[in-house]
Amino acid sequence: MVDIAERPTRLAARPAPTPAASTARPTLPGRLLGLGGRALHRSAALLALAAVWETAPRVGLVDRVFLPPLSEVLTAWWALLASGQLAEHVGASLTRSLTGLGLAVLTAIPLGLLIGWYRPLAELLGPLLEVFRNTAALALLPVFVLILGLGETSKIALVLYACSWPILLNTIAGVKGVDPLLVRSARSMGLNHLRLFQKVILPAAVPTIFTGVRLAGAYSILVLVAAEMVGAKAGLGYLVNYAQYNFAIPDMYAGIITISAIGLVVNQLLVAGERRFSTWRVDPTA
Amino acid sequence: MTTDKILFDRVTKVFPGRRGTGGAVTALDRVTLGVRPGEFLVVVGPSGCGKSTLLDLLGGLATPTAGQVLVDGEPVTGPGLDRGIVFQQYALLPWRTAAGNVAFGLEAKGVPRADRADLVAHHLELVGLTGFADRYPHELSGGMKQRVAIARSLAYDPAILLMDEPFAALDAQTRDSLQDELVRIWQATGKTIVFITHGIDEAVHLGGRVAVMTSRPGRIKQVIDIELGDRDAQDDVRSSDAFRHHRHQIWTLLRDEVRAAQSAERPVVPEEARVG
Ligand SMILES: Nc1ncnc2c1ncn2[C@@H]1O[C@H](COP(=O)(O)OP(=O)(O)OP(=O)(O)O)[C@@H](O)[C@H]1O
Ligand SMILES: [Mg+2]
Repeated sequence: MVDIAERPTRLAARPAPTPAASTARPTLPGRLLGLGGRALHRSAALLALAAVWETAPRVGLVDRVFLPPLSEVLTAWWALLASGQLAEHVGASLTRSLTGLGLAVLTAIPLGLLIGWYRPLAELLGPLLEVFRNTAALALLPVFVLILGLGETSKIALVLYACSWPILLNTIAGVKGVDPLLVRSARSMGLNHLRLFQKVILPAAVPTIFTGVRLAGAYSILVLVAAEMVGAKAGLGYLVNYAQYNFAIPDMYAGIITISAIGLVVNQLLVAGERRFSTWRVDPTA
Repeated sequence: MTTDKILFDRVTKVFPGRRGTGGAVTALDRVTLGVRPGEFLVVVGPSGCGKSTLLDLLGGLATPTAGQVLVDGEPVTGPGLDRGIVFQQYALLPWRTAAGNVAFGLEAKGVPRADRADLVAHHLELVGLTGFADRYPHELSGGMKQRVAIARSLAYDPAILLMDEPFAALDAQTRDSLQDELVRIWQATGKTIVFITHGIDEAVHLGGRVAVMTSRPGRIKQVIDIELGDRDAQDDVRSSDAFRHHRHQIWTLLRDEVRAAQSAERPVVPEEARVG
């Protein structure tokens, strides 16, 4: 799991308006063209994928039973949406992953703050954390099912477990990474431990903590979908698995596309949130 | 002795050295030094002689191994708002604006919210940063950051200001103007200032007295009274005879110590090989 631990998105200082921008301002049509060009450039790869997906089955490059053309998949997706099935599955999945993520935020952040702050606790729990964070969450799925049954509890517990690690580890790193000079400076003003924590440690750690939450957001969907493939009666993972089982191949792809889209949206939201919390951070490499 | 604002009374500081490496480091060895109320005292000494350690002890961030540090006759037991520290690396909270940083010390002191805004504005004006109140540290130049740090320390009104090479990271022009401002603020507020520097010119320019330290283990080698005459009467104090005299005096004292420090670090090099 640590491998996925990312460097937090850092923001460069607010760019100063360059004099060049005011002297050589392009005309409106020129700007629109530029914008359109950029949008085209950024979506070129996606459009190419869509084109290949549409044509390859049609010209017989791949078996269209296993990979139906994109248009058929989109038709199936529309049918699922219209019948209300899609909303039901998305609702079930989102409820589980958001509940798990929310619980992880509520438990892992306070725990991480404690571990990062009290060295004895870190030394005590260190080896335990080392063992657990290196145990893949999905490997524990049978254990969760065994103990908690096949219902919602085991799925939410699994999401909670998987999401806790990035949040916990980032929170610990955030607290430990606080500039010692800031702590010295605050101490020199006679701040007690509690105030020091509230006014220096916590604000300094917030961006790193939020990076953990963003990673956890991605995990929450990842592990949930896998969990839903085992003994669920609703959810996107169930939809994909069930469709495959019943040879409703376009439905299966419709489910997969939905999962990608949700992952994308969740990540974008969390990236925006992260940015909001770390405007003061300056990219040292910029 | 009782008239001293600050008194280092045979202060020794030994760092135990990390486990396994053995060698304990004696940073300060029976340092005795008094600072008078309202005085501007500058401390100079070779690198590693224990200047920052001296300031840490005075700031209450460390405790002496032997001896004691007295402020107003009372032993220092910890940090306090009667002493403000200005660090070389500014130590501003990056998530707070200039105004927010100045307010930080006021919050620590427990100044009611309603009174803070005026105090913040007043001290930003004092350091010439009116109009920059809403800037974040990463939007300010090094000189401006140090001004904010100085304003922050002044705002909660400590009787003593401790400054550890505050201008060392700044360019010459900025340093000159901040030095002048600091003297002006000192004259206006009557605070007792202990100022650490590597710069001999800076020491002579700022100091009422300059304490020269020996190389490690640090002791006070000599305390020099700086007599520059009327500062305001001359356009350039730095070119006066008195200034040159003091500069040479301190330079000579330091040269011997820097040599001693170097030969302690590289004992293999013969003494004659490195004169100059
Ligand atoms: N926390 C510490 N643990 C061990 N040794 C230390 C510690 N702090 C300082 N020292 C040692 O004490 C000596 C004095 O350090 P100090 O930082 O006070 O020097 P300084 O005069 O401020 O140097 P500089 O001019 O380079 O800033 C040095 O030899 C340093 O290695
Ligand atoms: Mg130092």
